[in-house]
Amino acid sequence: MSLSLLFAIILALAMVGYLLGRANASGLKTAGKNLHSIPAYHGYYIALWCGLPAFLLVLVWLAAQSTVVDQLLLAGLPSHMTEGATPARISLVLGEIKNVAAGRVFGTPTQAVLDAAARYQSLKDTASLALIACTLAAAVGGLAFARSRLSPDFRARNKVDGILRWLLIVCSILAILTTIGIILSLVIESLVFFARVPVTEFLFGMNWSPQTPIRADQVASTGAFGAVPVFWGTIFISAIAMFVAIPVGLFSAIYLVEYADKKVRSVVKPLLEILAGIPTIVYGFFAVLTVAPFIREFGMSLGLDVASNSALAAGGVMGIMIIPFISSFSDDAITAVPQSMRDGAYALGATKAETIRQVLLPAALPGIVGGVLLAVSRAIGETMIVVMAAGLTATLTANPLEGVTTVTVQIVTLLIGDTEFDSPKTLAAFGLGLVLFISTLVLNIAALQVVKRYRERYE
Amino acid sequence: MSDTTARPGEPKRRAWYEKDAKLSRRHAADKRLRAYGIAAIVFALGMLATLVGTILITAAPAVTQTMVTLDVVVPEGAVDPSDPRGGSYQKILNESIARIFPEVDTPREKRELRQLFSNGGQYALRDKVVSDPSLIGQAFAITFPLSDIGDQLHKGVIDRDLPRDQRRVSDEQIGWYDRLVEQGRISAPLNWGMIFNADSRFPELAGLWGALVGSFYALLICFLVSFPVGISAAVYLEEFAPKNRLTDLIEVNINNLAAVPSIVFGLLGLAVFLNFFGMPRSAPIVGGLVLSLMTLPTIIIATRAALKAVPPSIREAAIGVGASKMQTVGHHVLPLAMPGILTGTIIGLAQALGETAPLLLIGMNAFITAAPDSMFNPSTALPTQIYIWADSPERGFTSRTSAAIIVLLGFLVCMNAIAIYMRKRFERRW
Amino acid sequence: MTTLDTTEASGMIMNKTAEDAGTLAKAATSARAGNETKIAATNVSVFYGEKQALFDVSIDIPARQVMAFIGPSGCGKSTFLRCINRMNDTIDICSVTGTIEIDGANIYDPKIDPVLLRARVGMVFQKPNPFPKSIYDNIAYGPRIHGVAKNGSAMDQIVETSLSRAGLWNEVKDRLHEPGTGLSGGQQQRLCIARAIAVNPDVILMDEPCSALDPIATAKVEELIDELREQYTIVIVTHSMQQAARVSQKAAFFHLGKLIEVDETEKMFTNPTDQRTQDYITGRFG
Repeated sequence: MSLSLLFAIILALAMVGYLLGRANASGLKTAGKNLHSIPAYHGYYIALWCGLPAFLLVLVWLAAQSTVVDQLLLAGLPSHMTEGATPARISLVLGEIKNVAAGRVFGTPTQAVLDAAARYQSLKDTASLALIACTLAAAVGGLAFARSRLSPDFRARNKVDGILRWLLIVCSILAILTTIGIILSLVIESLVFFARVPVTEFLFGMNWSPQTPIRADQVASTGAFGAVPVFWGTIFISAIAMFVAIPVGLFSAIYLVEYADKKVRSVVKPLLEILAGIPTIVYGFFAVLTVAPFIREFGMSLGLDVASNSALAAGGVMGIMIIPFISSFSDDAITAVPQSMRDGAYALGATKAETIRQVLLPAALPGIVGGVLLAVSRAIGETMIVVMAAGLTATLTANPLEGVTTVTVQIVTLLIGDTEFDSPKTLAAFGLGLVLFISTLVLNIAALQVVKRYRERYE
Repeated sequence: MSDTTARPGEPKRRAWYEKDAKLSRRHAADKRLRAYGIAAIVFALGMLATLVGTILITAAPAVTQTMVTLDVVVPEGAVDPSDPRGGSYQKILNESIARIFPEVDTPREKRELRQLFSNGGQYALRDKVVSDPSLIGQAFAITFPLSDIGDQLHKGVIDRDLPRDQRRVSDEQIGWYDRLVEQGRISAPLNWGMIFNADSRFPELAGLWGALVGSFYALLICFLVSFPVGISAAVYLEEFAPKNRLTDLIEVNINNLAAVPSIVFGLLGLAVFLNFFGMPRSAPIVGGLVLSLMTLPTIIIATRAALKAVPPSIREAAIGVGASKMQTVGHHVLPLAMPGILTGTIIGLAQALGETAPLLLIGMNAFITAAPDSMFNPSTALPTQIYIWADSPERGFTSRTSAAIIVLLGFLVCMNAIAIYMRKRFERRW
Repeated sequence: MTTLDTTEASGMIMNKTAEDAGTLAKAATSARAGNETKIAATNVSVFYGEKQALFDVSIDIPARQVMAFIGPSGCGKSTFLRCINRMNDTIDICSVTGTIEIDGANIYDPKIDPVLLRARVGMVFQKPNPFPKSIYDNIAYGPRIHGVAKNGSAMDQIVETSLSRAGLWNEVKDRLHEPGTGLSGGQQQRLCIARAIAVNPDVILMDEPCSALDPIATAKVEELIDELREQYTIVIVTHSMQQAARVSQKAAFFHLGKLIEVDETEKMFTNPTDQRTQDYITGRFG
């Protein structure tokens, strides 16, 4: 039975519960009883009791099922297959068993595997049958329980409000859970990584080559995990991006707010915002297809040696992507400066440029700085442009025509096509992710604080 | 100023309205700032135009697909009517090709000739025979794509005048192609395969269907999770939450989550959904869950703004006639805020549709040649498909990548247009 | 040119301070008052897009007096005030016809640069609007952009003189480098007056300068206005009849975008010629 069918049945049962509750309550009412809540609320109450526990049960069950089944499967395997095997080996065996069970047979599996596959299939069948049985039991049980509480004095409305309120609270807590999930997953994997590669080597080492083949007997000692060149590449490309984005964004905002007439503004502003709506993968392709070859040919015509994945191409295209960030933040900040400031300056005989430079920009500076901080955070976390247009090798160079690599590029290349959670190179991705998360978090909090304080100033 | 100008011992003062060099310098600075502004806008919009322009130009060849029509004879014995899937259709095709080019006999020439036709020809023939087994023993015409090089010859992408060692086709191949044209066997209909085929290693066969279905499933999950949860969270924070540490924490949290790099969500999905919960790799359900976590803050922030815009008088009116807080919100505040919420949701979903990095980490960049049957099957998504194609070396994939980007941008434009329309249509001023 | 101008400008300010001290000079200026026309407006009409806000206003404003514009809200008095230093230029849809001459030069002549005009015609606004800078920088802003001060000490001198003339020096001399926004409302408004004085204008326009202030601060500003008229031609828009009576020598009554009556303040308040003026002054409307 498919999941959607199961959900449909739960929903149908809840509907039945609603109708039942309403009908019963109406019956009481026609019998002359004075109800505390209107009949519909008795219906809602039963429906919630019927649907919610069953729904939650399905979610929890699904989350746990595969782990439990795997454990059961492993426990039943002959000891020579599991004893002393590395986690990687075990996951390989499990994968083979599941493939066989799904009918994708490669080569000739051993008898043990075939047996396990059969057992796996039966475990899965049992599990889904049990799931259906338990869910239906929960739904019907909830219905019966709620039905038994129905009486004229029963405060169905208050109960329903209470349940809904708890649902709302749970949903808001999900936001915190997401953050906790991010932090836990990054920290746990990073701790495993730092157990094999010292933190100091990771943070201050100058040599990064995690892709060196690792021999089975030397799991952690080969491969270099000094991330400084990676950090440098990220900073370098972000700096190039900001070098493009800050002047362009700021000057266009100044023009749009202070110089352009309404018509120009109403056309140009949305056009600029289109730049923010284009997916980064498109920018990445644009960098590879157009910008990088252009820079390369232009450089060659000047006799310069330009790498095809130069930092300049990746950073420049990233800068274009960030323009609308800077421009809309600056736009908001300059617009928020009260008109009286402009009047004051004009009345003293200041020209527009003098008003902007000496009055508006200083007054709007906190807002602009907040926007720039957010943009920097965006730049260092940006992935697709650099994955496609920046290099893979970590080099410490200040030459924008050479290729550098970034934190995000390394995370992607380390994780694509490899999910074994015990090789240091996979774990290194989580170490990099932790650094990325912390640095963007600091930037974001700083930016939000600056912007918030700025808003308070003029409100 | 007559009294000051007339003061003795001072040079005659010019009238106050006379301009001087200093003033023109000040005005020049003003014009300069204005020029910088215009230059910045021209640069930004120029880049936008270049981006869209190059994508459109490179996508143009993918609008049509060059097809060849061959006369084939399926001999009685070559295909077993009870099992028409099992026939050796490549051989049948080769024979009909050989009838057009009887002079080709060396193995090298035969190989080069075959390179002109798509590898998909045999499957096209097979499907045709499978759907109509009465064709066995008959002669009929079949139309299928030319290969990448044939396609490019037709579209003039390959320059025939280049010396042999600088172009990808041999003189013989050009000759054979020309003969096919003379015989009227070449046509170039609209490239529907680009939309309705699944992925393939051969550009002329590769299509977006698998990616479209994958993206649809992922967005569906994303919507089903983030829409109800986002609204609930926003309603709680805006309408019910007491002002305390916990709600402050949740607020700061949501604002920060909105700015966390998307790849970090990918790491979360990898560690939690794939590794901890053991969910299937590359599946749209996981992609959808990761995207929903990313979309959640957007929806919460938009919903709170929409709720804030509903004036308190509405709430007071409802409470005043004896509605509970929950009824007030459910019956009055939420419906009034709904247009704003939907607008924010569509914009959030549009962002999710274009998101690539987290999907790469959970393996939605796998090479999968069939559209997924369910959201638990491995699949690609639109942006990851673009990534795969952009990484493929064959020339034909360049134009298909651009075409796929146009499809993606088309969806985004539509979604944003709907959002803008809704905002304009239902915008309410209190 | 620059040097010439600088010496002249700073010299003039000190000159004025010196004048301030001497009663003789004072007598001389008051003797001239009322005879000389500083601003002459002829048939000034103002349009906001299609809508006409001001109808054919013609008025002569005498030098070194305080002229008060009174009238109900929306009568066009502020609009007309903003025409005198072309502040209306900053509003896109606003257009002005007619002529306004200052010292005989039409300020709406195309060859007139509003930047220079506004250096001659300062303005103080309804709400105090000090820049978010230090007190010193607020005052120094105008002289700086016009390149008036030759060096740092000249600028210090301008700042001190301007603040003294605005009666603020003693209150702020110890905290010149604190932000101007930290002052009280009345101090802020006097700071704005000092800021306007610092560029050494002939005319100071005041758009309801006391409407955001408490009575004590208002009294201080009114006192200041009274002192300033010895050096400057002052035009003040006010809502308060009492204020007009206290500070102005001449008054102009605007109603529905038209100038109804101009006269000596005393005469207008005791014996107005027009019935509408009478009604407004006696509180029938407005």
